[in-house]
Amino acid sequence: MSTGTTKLDVLVSDVVPVNELVTRFHFRRRDGELLPTFSGGAHVVVEMRDGERTRLNPYSLMGSPLDTREYTISVRRDDAGRGGSLFMHRQVRPGTEMVVSYPVNLFSLDLRARKHLMLAGGIGITPFMAQTAQLAAEGGNFELHYTCRTASLGTYADLLRERYDRRVRLYHDDRDERVDLDRLLSSQPLGTHLYVCGPSGMIGWVRERAAALGWPPETVHFEHFAAPQPGAPFDVTLALSGKTIRVDEQQSLLEAIEAAGVDPPYLCRGGVCGQCETNVISHDGKFIHNDHWLSEEDHRSGCKIMPCVSRFEGRSLVLER
Amino acid sequence: MAAKSIISRPVYGTLSPQPGKHHLFIADAEGALAIADLAAKAPADFFGGAHIIFIPGRDGKYADALEALKPAQFYLGHSFASALPRLKQTLANAHMGLRLYLAGTEGLIGQAMQAALEAGIDHTSIQTEHRGSLARRMQCVHCKGITENVTTQPATCSHCGLLLLVRDHYSRRLAAFQGVCINAEDRSEIPPIEEVFR
Repeated sequence: MSTGTTKLDVLVSDVVPVNELVTRFHFRRRDGELLPTFSGGAHVVVEMRDGERTRLNPYSLMGSPLDTREYTISVRRDDAGRGGSLFMHRQVRPGTEMVVSYPVNLFSLDLRARKHLMLAGGIGITPFMAQTAQLAAEGGNFELHYTCRTASLGTYADLLRERYDRRVRLYHDDRDERVDLDRLLSSQPLGTHLYVCGPSGMIGWVRERAAALGWPPETVHFEHFAAPQPGAPFDVTLALSGKTIRVDEQQSLLEAIEAAGVDPPYLCRGGVCGQCETNVISHDGKFIHNDHWLSEEDHRSGCKIMPCVSRFEGRSLVLER
Repeated sequence: MAAKSIISRPVYGTLSPQPGKHHLFIADAEGALAIADLAAKAPADFFGGAHIIFIPGRDGKYADALEALKPAQFYLGHSFASALPRLKQTLANAHMGLRLYLAGTEGLIGQAMQAALEAGIDHTSIQTEHRGSLARRMQCVHCKGITENVTTQPATCSHCGLLLLVRDHYSRRLAAFQGVCINAEDRSEIPPIEEVFR
């Protein structure tokens, strides 16, 4: 069995539309027991059985870690994606039986911090829902800066303001409100840790400014699940298993490897955790790297690939799997 | 150089200029030379945002060389203890973006790091470089008293008088190596005392 893939049999206990793009799903255990404990920032991998096809997508748990009667996730509908979010929005109903992984946290709070400075963009708000609940219960010191496109798409913005008042600051793109990032980062007390979750452009910007302004790397935490991107089909040879497989347009390389009966380790399925890192034995073509795990040097070398999110274009690719 | 042994025994690096707006240096004696070496690699305006706290050795050397770097603030201390209130005040008023550089004896690096940890800086975020004496700050695990500048193995606790084995076991929280009674079974047994931490 792959790392982190211990499964939980759950029942969808509620489905709540939040706004025009986002729907919230509540899961309870089918046996009525409490769910495993988790900490703010954790995610679960949700199995979506859609006819012949099984998708495995990671979603941050957004409920309070103090309440393990249910897990809640919020799914933003992505009409141009590979169909996971559309499956959740269209097919999943209260009473649907589903399977989710045990929670895994790759975006945990560093509780040694004197203060937690959180920057959220769009649906990147979800891990902060759990983290703020956890910190508020412990009297922790936090400040959340949340950027959304419009007030109506500011998922949970009202709830967060109601719960935490001025500890939450909102910015709306349609009103041209922007975080004054350099000023914000330069005015934090020593011992502050920074957490960023949102679109990759935002994460890149915040990490770059924090590094330039002297934030040590160990104080900067970020999470961006790269959804696997569709692309041109390609063939791959799995040298250790002696198989040659085809990766379809809507399939990730990891999914194609699994469909061939090979069981590589995985954890996040979003290019973050590093579990599925795979050595390239030979290649003739071009890699399309979409992960946040490998270094730029690794990407250039062509010796490694993260099959959960990255693809390939060219004549041949041989992997050590 | 401090040799690598057990995991808690601190290892030190080489100071290098870090990105950031404010740079706080704390050094004693030959630690000044580590700052001078860093200065050779630093961008032109680097010391315009620097504050140097320097405690000269008995020979009183190197203060002029540091002042010549034209740091925004320069403070000459008579001892670490006399410089500590200034260090604490500086850390209390500092913001993220301040980078910390410690250079010199192990006792200086350890005690400055202790103040920095209390101010919320992670030890992995601190630049350190060991220069000069290997004399140790030692805590007696029996009476908890701290003996400064221990150079011998074993060493006598300056508080309770027990003869202690100076271990490599180090506490960042206490900024001290652990000293454990070397002849607990038979106090009359006195192993040879050698000067090993010079």
